[in-house]
Amino acid sequence: MVEAVMRPQATARTARKRTGLHKAMQRKSTIAFIMALPLILLIAVMVLYPAGYSLHLATLNKSMERFVGLNNFTFLFKRETFWLVVWQSCIFAVTAVVFKALIGFIVAHFVHNIPTKGQRKWRGMLLVPWVIPPAMSCLAWLWLFDPSYSAFNYIIALFGGDPIPWTGNTYWARFSVILVNIWIGAPFFMIMYLAALKSVPDQLYEAAAIDGANWWQRIWFVTLPMMRNIIAITALFSLIVTFANFDIVRVLTFGGPIDTTHVFATWAFRIGIEGGDIPLGACVSLFMVPILMFAAVFILRDINRRGNEA
Amino acid sequence: MAEVTLNKVVKFYDNVEAVRGIDLGIKDQEFVVLVGPSGCGKSTTLRMIAGLEEISGGEILIAGDVVNDVPPKDRDIAMVFQNYALYPHMTVFENMSFGLRLKRFPKDEIKRRVDEAARILDITELLDRKPKALSGGQRQRVAMGRAIVRDPKVFLFDEPLSNLDAKLRVQMRTEIKKVHQKVRTTTVYVTHDQVEAMTLADRVVVMNGGRIEQVGEPNDLYHAPATRFVAGFIGSPAMNFIPCAIEKTAGALRLVLHGGLGFDVPADRTKRYEAFVGKPGLSLGLRPEHITDARSPLEPGQQAMEVDLTVTEPMGMETLVYFGINGTEICGRVRPDAGARNGGRMTLAAQLNHMHLIDESSGLVV
Repeated sequence: MVEAVMRPQATARTARKRTGLHKAMQRKSTIAFIMALPLILLIAVMVLYPAGYSLHLATLNKSMERFVGLNNFTFLFKRETFWLVVWQSCIFAVTAVVFKALIGFIVAHFVHNIPTKGQRKWRGMLLVPWVIPPAMSCLAWLWLFDPSYSAFNYIIALFGGDPIPWTGNTYWARFSVILVNIWIGAPFFMIMYLAALKSVPDQLYEAAAIDGANWWQRIWFVTLPMMRNIIAITALFSLIVTFANFDIVRVLTFGGPIDTTHVFATWAFRIGIEGGDIPLGACVSLFMVPILMFAAVFILRDINRRGNEA
Repeated sequence: MAEVTLNKVVKFYDNVEAVRGIDLGIKDQEFVVLVGPSGCGKSTTLRMIAGLEEISGGEILIAGDVVNDVPPKDRDIAMVFQNYALYPHMTVFENMSFGLRLKRFPKDEIKRRVDEAARILDITELLDRKPKALSGGQRQRVAMGRAIVRDPKVFLFDEPLSNLDAKLRVQMRTEIKKVHQKVRTTTVYVTHDQVEAMTLADRVVVMNGGRIEQVGEPNDLYHAPATRFVAGFIGSPAMNFIPCAIEKTAGALRLVLHGGLGFDVPADRTKRYEAFVGKPGLSLGLRPEHITDARSPLEPGQQAMEVDLTVTEPMGMETLVYFGINGTEICGRVRPDAGARNGGRMTLAAQLNHMHLIDESSGLVV
């Protein structure tokens, strides 16, 4: 800019060009873009490339030598196990998220009502399941679920009950993997909801109490509406993570008995890596995208519509 | 509508006594203001009436019924909070009708009441908006509307104007007074602003340190404060307190200010002050408006004194002048054309008919 003023005639053309570039460089959005570029590149390499590559893989034949178009997809559609996995993944994710949210909400309320002094201790202890690496805690659960030597069955036997085939029966196995997922994931909800609870002003509850609301009406008309956005975002985030869960099923049941606890990630692994059909495995894992996209659009649209009311 | 009675009400927080045995009777339709410095227990008292704080001792009666153990929702009260406490996710209409909807009022009755309250408060066109889209003054009105539609026995206001700017505060003050004239519900109002207290109240309750200092009509508090605290708290600029002594001269009493200046005690007060002759620890209390520029002849009760002004503050309709008597800074109010200037010498007249004599040891005005 300064140069352009000092030598107006000789370099008018180049100066104008340079001014344009200079201005662009000074724009905040440009600076922001440049600063974010390393991360954008990282995401491109770590996310976009694998995504594109798996799309490419999904169109190859088993030996990855020939382009077969959508043949892998049509083949999957004809397999009963595929639809079983779709069904199981949905049940697994939805049930687990609903219970995680419910338990997280209730526990958050209890912790919120503990005096501040003892609260940190409880918060820390309740976060433990979420902090332990899932593969490790799943091993512990595996022992707890063991048909012959497990603590659970021992206790049941003490009361004269029959031993339960925790991972051996279809329905019990589904119950077990969901239970462990809830155990691991509920603390995350608890901590998010606790933060949201703390941000609701006390005077709103006092106003509601004077307006005649009982405790249930206070939760329904004040707490829940005030936490709506946090609840929605946490649920979405957890839905994505739960849907793509791998470790719990892998360690506890290996997808069994007879594939009845497989979810997308474990079945894709079974077919692609263990079964040696990588294109078909890639194809299976790609099916998570449209389902999760639908959930994300649905939930985020609601948040955008409401905006920040506070 | 109802009367509210407080009998020996006490509030402990752990071991701290926040309210120390308050007795107060509030008549039906009365507008009572609790005023005092922060931490004096006024808000705690209000919250105990509302049922938001437990009562540690004594009893509170609303309309003749002891409500100590009655939850807030069953006390038939409405409260306006300092930060309004509007439900952010509800529209103005929903905010105002929330209490009625919980009590399952018929829809047309709810609409009638909300419309009526909205008309009184001039917020009819805001009914579909959310609180986020309202200004401070409008939120304040909605909060009041939420109280009015309930048609409760008692209105409770907890420093409702503190979050507004100075101009709006004055405007809303008038608004609250107007509303109370239309909807004559018994009202308890808490504020730390003595001007608000004086302008709004039928009766003012001055509190300090968890106790009631004095209860009375605004003018009574102003002209006949019972304690030094009330004398100093009510009135702006505040009353001057000048250490003094009473001496007996031939047939009359003389007020001697430390530093040599002296005044004759008005004849009608001789008897009242006789017992304090020669006693230490007395103060003369004189409001700034009773120290004016001397005009001859002096009005009855006025006595002249020559002073050196330190600071003058022209306010337009009057000028505040400051001067020192033996190290105590005194404020007076003179006419703007009286010729007061910084560092100038001036003859001022003290109106001793309006003097107060304070016994510093007991803190009482005698």
